[in-house]
Amino acid sequence: MSARVAVLGAGKVGTVLARLSVAAGRPTAIAGSGDPAALGLIVDVLAPGAVPMTGADAAAQADIVIVAVPLARLETVPAAALKGRVVVDAMNYWPPVDGVLPAWEDATPSSSEIVRDLLGVDVVKSFNHMGYHELDAWTRPAGDLDRRALAVAGDDGAAVTAVAELVDAMGFDPVPLRPLGAGRVLQPGSSDIFGADLTRAELLSTLDALGVAPAAACP
Amino acid sequence: MELGIYSFGDSGTHSTRQRLADLVAQARYADEAGLDVIALGEHHRPDFTLSAPELVLAAISAVTERIRLSTAVTVLSTADPVRVYQQFATLDQLSGGRAEIVAGRGAFTESFGLFGYDLREYEVLFDEKLRLLLTLAREEGPVTWRGRTREPLDDALVTPRALQPVLPVWVGVGGTPQSAVRAGRLGAPMFVAIFTDPAPARGLVEIYHRAAANAGHDPAGLRVASGGHMYVGHTSQGARDEFYPYYAEYLSKLPQFSGGMPRAAYDEWIRAGLLVGSPQEVIDKIMNHRELLGISRYVGQFDVGGMPAGMVDKSLELFATEVAPVVRKESA
Repeated sequence: MSARVAVLGAGKVGTVLARLSVAAGRPTAIAGSGDPAALGLIVDVLAPGAVPMTGADAAAQADIVIVAVPLARLETVPAAALKGRVVVDAMNYWPPVDGVLPAWEDATPSSSEIVRDLLGVDVVKSFNHMGYHELDAWTRPAGDLDRRALAVAGDDGAAVTAVAELVDAMGFDPVPLRPLGAGRVLQPGSSDIFGADLTRAELLSTLDALGVAPAAACP
Repeated sequence: MELGIYSFGDSGTHSTRQRLADLVAQARYADEAGLDVIALGEHHRPDFTLSAPELVLAAISAVTERIRLSTAVTVLSTADPVRVYQQFATLDQLSGGRAEIVAGRGAFTESFGLFGYDLREYEVLFDEKLRLLLTLAREEGPVTWRGRTREPLDDALVTPRALQPVLPVWVGVGGTPQSAVRAGRLGAPMFVAIFTDPAPARGLVEIYHRAAANAGHDPAGLRVASGGHMYVGHTSQGARDEFYPYYAEYLSKLPQFSGGMPRAAYDEWIRAGLLVGSPQEVIDKIMNHRELLGISRYVGQFDVGGMPAGMVDKSLELFATEVAPVVRKESA
């Protein structure tokens, strides 16, 4: 059976990811801040087929939970409901937009390692290095020459594989990285990967130039 | 169809004094050339000269006759709606009823620290303040208001009143769907910022109209406008080449281009929809916004990236004399 997906965050990124998840045939729930009627309208227009829920309910019934809220509001994520799920961090820290957030300032680790520590659950980093318009525009079937790649960085091999399968089903070539901290090269300002919309071959050669080896297991 | 320009007063290498003088002169030209709107934004950073657009709009009002005086956007989350209303009501009186406000949350966050607001509150700050501003704009009499984000008002008279019966307050939307719901529920006109492909904004426009209908607003009172970066040259290739260095520098503020915007990415943005090109290309792209989104106004950011005034003036002239008349005719 297909993994059930929950997207926490119904903003620019969250609505696109929910739409891609529905298109990939995954049972998809989506949660947002604000009142349920507004969420219902947004989902009906932007991600029809996804089921609007509260964050806690959405996470509790899912196998994979994609967190796509502004980092400044990470505390609104129901951390307890994430236990036992595969949790994906699709977020980025960029102070001109997020404001300066002390937890992420001077962070030498990947921002996902800080997210992991704050949420208290293992996380996988993916979807963060492509813009929401591009995520929407670049979905392609497997084997298409134009297909773009999304890196999937994590510590837990099974979790990375589960997210890689979802990435593939959504229309992107997954490139697994281990450990989670290797995903630092996917972040804004740290390499030529963020926002570059690379194919798998281009992403692999960029990673190679950065001295980052992809993880062996590739679905 | 209304056509206009907007600016943040990008500094480039110019002095603030020179940039402000250029802006007033460009607005005067836009008025004489028949453009409908000049809108000024605010950024609270050294690379932009405009943090107090209402003062510059007041200077512009004194040297123009017809052009509407708007914002792009007024960062309402960190302003006092009472003061904003007073300033724009005053501008409206000075200008003979030409003032408008486009209220938004802004792209940057500096104003939160400068004016003592907590960025984590940005949602409630914008929501409460927008509602209060709309109340002030729509209701003639004394206002009583309670909320979290400023001191209460008890039968407060906010004066002067605008010259227009209702001072227009648009809601500026950058792509967040909740913002389109808000604009629709409040029955306010919506301005959507679009830089590349306008197609994804169709969903925002649908959400806006449906939210307005659910709240019982008359569809006749709804309006959608769009705007984004714009450069018009005599030829397609010439426009691209002239504008590229300034745009690449400007977009290095974005995280994906912090090392500079590659030419290939720039060309891709133009292909996707960025309004850079010959007059005919810009006409086609504005008409595409109109077809996809039903806009009744387009405003282009016409002085991006600290271009020399001569380049800005030339692009502005082409927009006013070769783009605007054709768009008006095709959309009539």
